[in-house]
Amino acid sequence: MRKITYAQAINEAFHQLMASDENVILIGQGVTSPWYVGSTADGLIDKFSEKRVIDTPISENGITGIAAGASLYGIKPIIVHPRMDFMYYAMDQIANHIANWYYMFGGQFSMPLIIWGIINRGGEQAAQHSQAIHALFMHIPGLKVIAPSTAYDVKGLLIAACKDKNPVLFIDDRWLYQTTDFVPKKMYNIPIGKAKIRKKGKDITIVSSSYMSTEVLKAAFILEEKAISAEVIDLRSLKPIDKNTIFSSVKKTKRLVIVDGGWKTCGAASEISAIVAEQMLKELTTPIKRITLPDLPAPASCNLEKKYYNDSNTIAKEIQNIMEG
Amino acid sequence: MSIIKECAQPIKNTEIQNISKNTLLSLYKSMLKIRLTEEAVADLIAAGKIQTPCHLYIGQEAVASGVCTNLKKDDFVFSTHRSHGHYIAKGGDLKKLIAEIFCKIDGCCKGRGGSMHIADSKNGLPGSSAIVSGTIPLAVGSALGFKLKNTNNVSVAFFGDGATTEGVLYESLNFASLKKLPVVFVCENNFYSTHLHISKIQSIPELTKIGELFKMPVFKVDGYNAVEVHKASRQAIELARKGAGPSFIEAVTYRWRGHVGPNWDLDKPIRKKEEVAFWVNNCAIKKIEDFLLKNAILSEKKKNKIVKDVKEEIDDAIDFAKKSKHPKNLDFEGIFAK
Repeated sequence: MRKITYAQAINEAFHQLMASDENVILIGQGVTSPWYVGSTADGLIDKFSEKRVIDTPISENGITGIAAGASLYGIKPIIVHPRMDFMYYAMDQIANHIANWYYMFGGQFSMPLIIWGIINRGGEQAAQHSQAIHALFMHIPGLKVIAPSTAYDVKGLLIAACKDKNPVLFIDDRWLYQTTDFVPKKMYNIPIGKAKIRKKGKDITIVSSSYMSTEVLKAAFILEEKAISAEVIDLRSLKPIDKNTIFSSVKKTKRLVIVDGGWKTCGAASEISAIVAEQMLKELTTPIKRITLPDLPAPASCNLEKKYYNDSNTIAKEIQNIMEG
Repeated sequence: MSIIKECAQPIKNTEIQNISKNTLLSLYKSMLKIRLTEEAVADLIAAGKIQTPCHLYIGQEAVASGVCTNLKKDDFVFSTHRSHGHYIAKGGDLKKLIAEIFCKIDGCCKGRGGSMHIADSKNGLPGSSAIVSGTIPLAVGSALGFKLKNTNNVSVAFFGDGATTEGVLYESLNFASLKKLPVVFVCENNFYSTHLHISKIQSIPELTKIGELFKMPVFKVDGYNAVEVHKASRQAIELARKGAGPSFIEAVTYRWRGHVGPNWDLDKPIRKKEEVAFWVNNCAIKKIEDFLLKNAILSEKKKNKIVKDVKEEIDDAIDFAKKSKHPKNLDFEGIFAK
């Protein structure tokens, strides 16, 4: 099997989805631009024309609603927000309309669409160009949220999301785009809501998603050298969360660390922590630990960025502290 | 003549060229059905039988009926918090509407939507939103869907004057105009954004300027003249159907009752009694009824029969709703389509 990058895997999924279903469209800001969405949209405009690859004005809420309206008539839109920070503008359509439409109208209409939000941090981009707001979408009933970390997973989950009859938030991270993985050429599904154990271990369970999963895996190998055996769970989907995989692992290791690329308060890590605490607090031998961004806006200075973002070393150090009590 | 004075004028014979007698009768029946349903709902709220907040459409009937008498069953109509009139005019199931207003299991939304969130998938009603301006982009998006699938369907976005101060309206108008989408924007200017007069919320006194700004045909119509609404919206809908893009209609109208609920709110310092009386005295239904009787399109006998039939249909619907049960369980499975 060949190895391709995460960005190429997204691009291949789009090509195959659009070729196999004429109702699939890509819509949003910058889908025909060489830099907004990286190489993920390469070749789409040539193959599928402006009719199905729709570059839009800067109108996040309007365009999200328009994509949703098209989904009411059998179109399968993939709507892109090339920087998640701008998605706050679209919160009304996402939270009030898209998330509620199926349930609120008694199941008469679903809105099958993919809302793609890209996390785009680092590089001294600061507070309004760096946010990872996936947890906001986990909070809202009626949305599914996927946050894959590998090229293999992103292709399979995008295909599953496109076949799903419900709105799916697809959150990815630019820091993943050049990572590579073995990816089959054919189309394949990865079920939404199924986690993947990236590394088996017996001493401590580390749960993460998206880009942080790559740092966690590196951290686990650093810990291995220090004779700490960490089990690494890559959630792949944030909603629904694969509770059973987490429970089985924590049952075995008796320890839980959650690593998330978002903020701490009411974040994804808080939710996972609560799920485990409610179910199996007494089985834990050490307190649950959340390793997240601090509750601060992203700073610009590269010096401050180093302190703001976690990496494999900071994660390994924190876990070593837990193990050494 | 100012548009408000115009609203006091009777319908003229010259106005009805190219409108069949059947269409005129359908217009009348549709308006009557909305009025009598809303009055029944108002009474049921006053009697404590209905709790869900209802924003009654009484007084604005000519707008929904005037527009929807031009639509096909599979055209889409998107509505607002003031939703009942659009639903009825588009041919939505009345029993399911009333049951939904009672929040019962047999309601169109299984008792989950209430008055402000109603839909009928079989009759081109894909939803109404309680968030002001919320369905406008959805209407534009459905129009994009119609265009991508090469149908000649049309999507209509109804919204109030209050929505003209929401940003998403402008995003939607821009995109619809850019892509020449088959959507008709119908602004029902009833002069009040809840309690505030339009002069206090909108710096553009002529709302049709909004459509002009986005380079689309605009129509300003007397929303108390059903024939005028019907004719202008027919033009707008035909333009959309043949691929000529969107239009913007401002229908000047007035709601008789308060923003929400059955009361007239005359005791509150919002609007003057004389103002309300003006519109009540120029009732749009009375106006079309007088016209139909005068021109022998309708006889007294036929009129009485229509009123009786509509009342019976409403009574049946209320009976159906009363007999229906409240939903029992929170349906966790119902959150996602399978």
